[in-house]
Amino acid sequence: MTETVDTMVTRAEVCAVACAEAWRGDGEIMASPFGSIPSIGARLARLTFAPDLVLTDGEAALMVNTPAISARRPELVLEAWMPYRKVFEVVWSGRRHVMMQATQVDRFGNQNISCIGDWAHPRTQLIGVRGAPGNTVNHTTSYWVPNHGTRSFVEAVDMVCGVGYDRAAAAGPAASRFHEIRRVVTNLAVLDFETPDHAMRLRSVHPGVTVEEVVEATGFELVLPAEVRVSRLPTAEELEIIREVLDPRGLRDKEVPA
Amino acid sequence: MSDKTATLEEIVGELRSGMTVGFGGWGSRRKPMAVVRAILRTGLTDLTVVAYGGPDIGLLCAAGRVRRAVYGFVTLDSIALDPHFRAARQAGAVEATEMDEGMFFLGLQAAAQRVPFLPSRAGLGSDVLRVNPELRTVTSPYPGPDGVAEELVAVPALRLDAAFVHVNRADTHGNGQILGPDPFFDDLFLGAAERRYVTAEALVAPGELLDSGPIQTIAVNRLQTDAVAAAPGGAHFTSCPPDYDRDEAFQKAYAAAAGDAEAWIAFEQRFLSGDEADYRAAVAVSAEEAR
Repeated sequence: MTETVDTMVTRAEVCAVACAEAWRGDGEIMASPFGSIPSIGARLARLTFAPDLVLTDGEAALMVNTPAISARRPELVLEAWMPYRKVFEVVWSGRRHVMMQATQVDRFGNQNISCIGDWAHPRTQLIGVRGAPGNTVNHTTSYWVPNHGTRSFVEAVDMVCGVGYDRAAAAGPAASRFHEIRRVVTNLAVLDFETPDHAMRLRSVHPGVTVEEVVEATGFELVLPAEVRVSRLPTAEELEIIREVLDPRGLRDKEVPA
Repeated sequence: MSDKTATLEEIVGELRSGMTVGFGGWGSRRKPMAVVRAILRTGLTDLTVVAYGGPDIGLLCAAGRVRRAVYGFVTLDSIALDPHFRAARQAGAVEATEMDEGMFFLGLQAAAQRVPFLPSRAGLGSDVLRVNPELRTVTSPYPGPDGVAEELVAVPALRLDAAFVHVNRADTHGNGQILGPDPFFDDLFLGAAERRYVTAEALVAPGELLDSGPIQTIAVNRLQTDAVAAAPGGAHFTSCPPDYDRDEAFQKAYAAAAGDAEAWIAFEQRFLSGDEADYRAAVAVSAEEAR
C-alpha cells in the first residue's frame, strides 16, 4: 500500500476493518451487526475473507447479495425466511456471532443497554436488556462502542445485560459452556479477553491513537501486552469496497467523525 | 358457526382495570394501536402491559394507564427509545418486569402450552435474575455432556387475561391473515391469553382469505380467537406491510410530545379525544398540512 493511500484512510474505515476481523474464521454462521460501522464490517468480511457468513435484511429474511448498508428492497436479493421466531432458534443453536453496542462495558465484558443508575429508579432509561442475556450465553458476542470513554468503560456496569466472563463462570457450566466475548471494537482501539482470567486486554490501538489515550479513556485497569500492535489499515481492495460498494453515502462518518 | 364480529368498543368493554393484557407485534411494527386508542377512551387503569414493546406501552404509559410493564425492550425502531416509556420509568410512574426477549418468548410459550415454566439458558449470569427476584432456576434431571446436570432458568408462564393482535385480513369466524414478512409472536400472545382478540385491516367472509394470500399466511385460526373487529389503519402509526409502512412523520410528532405536559395535552386533544374515525381524520389533516 502506498503512503498516499495510508494517510487518506479515515478512523471510521479502520474501525470497519476491525469489526470485520471479529468475524474472521466464523464460517457459516449468522453475523448480526448493530450499527453502521459493524454492518459495514460484517458485509466487508463476507465480501472478502468470510464468504460463508449469513446476513439478514434487518426485517425477516436472509439476503444473498451484499449491497450498501443503506440499500433497501428491491436492491436486496433474499435467500431465506428469517422471522424473529427463527432468529431465536438460531440464537439457541449457537450458529450466530452478534456485535451489539454497549452503553457500558466492564473489564470482564459485562454489558449494559438497559438503564443508567439503579434499575429500580433509573436515572436514564435505555432500550432494555433485549436479547443480550441470551446471546451471550448461547453464542459468540462482540461489542461496538463508538465513543470510548470513562462513561462507557466502567468498573461495574449498572445492569448486567450481556454476561461477561466472571458472571458466566459464577453462574455455572450452563452459562459458560457456549460463552465467548470475542472483541470490543471502539473508535480508539480493539480489545479482547485473551488473558488468563479473561480480563479485558488492549489488542491494538488504531493508527494515530496512543496507548495512554486508551488507558485514560478506560475507567478500569486494562491489561496491556508488552508490545501493543497498531490496528491494521484496510487494503486497497477493502477501501474500495467500503467506499464504493458498502457505504457510498458515508454513514460511517456519522458514527465516527473523521 | 358463530360470527365473532365485534366492535372495538365491545372488545375493550370486556376488560377490567387491573388486568394483565398482551399486545402482539414487535417494536413499532404491526401493533394493535386501534385497541390501544380504544382503551384510552375508557376509564381502564392499573393495567399490566405485556409486549415486545413499542408505542403500545409508550402510549398507555403516557396516558397513565399502566401499573406494570413487562418487556424485553421498548423501542420505536427508527427512534431507538420510546420517550413516553422512558419518562414514565424515570419518574417511577410504572413498575417494571424486564427480561431477555427470548425468555419472554418462552414465557408466552409456557402459558400457551399450559405448563408452569420452560427452561432457558438465557438469563443465567445476568441481572435479569437480580431485578426479578421471583425467578427460579431448575436443575436438569438429565446429566449434561460432561456428566454434570445443567442448572437453567425456569421461565414462568406469562399468563394473560387478554391478548390483542392486529393482522392484515381476518374472516368473521376469527381466522387471521398476516401478509407481511414476520408473524412475530402473535399466535403465542393469543395462546397465552384467557380472552383473545384480533383486529384486522379488513374483514372478509370465511373461505375468502385465500383470495389475498397463500394458506401459510393464515397464521391465526379461529381456535385462537374469541372476537374479531375491523380496524382499517388499526396499526397506525406503526408499520403494517403490505398495507402501509410506518408513518415516520407522525411517530416523530408522537415522540416529540413526550416529557412536556402541554405538548402531550395538545397531542391528546388533537388526535386522541374522539373515536377511531376521528383519529383517522385528524391524521389525514395532519398529513395534508405536512405536505
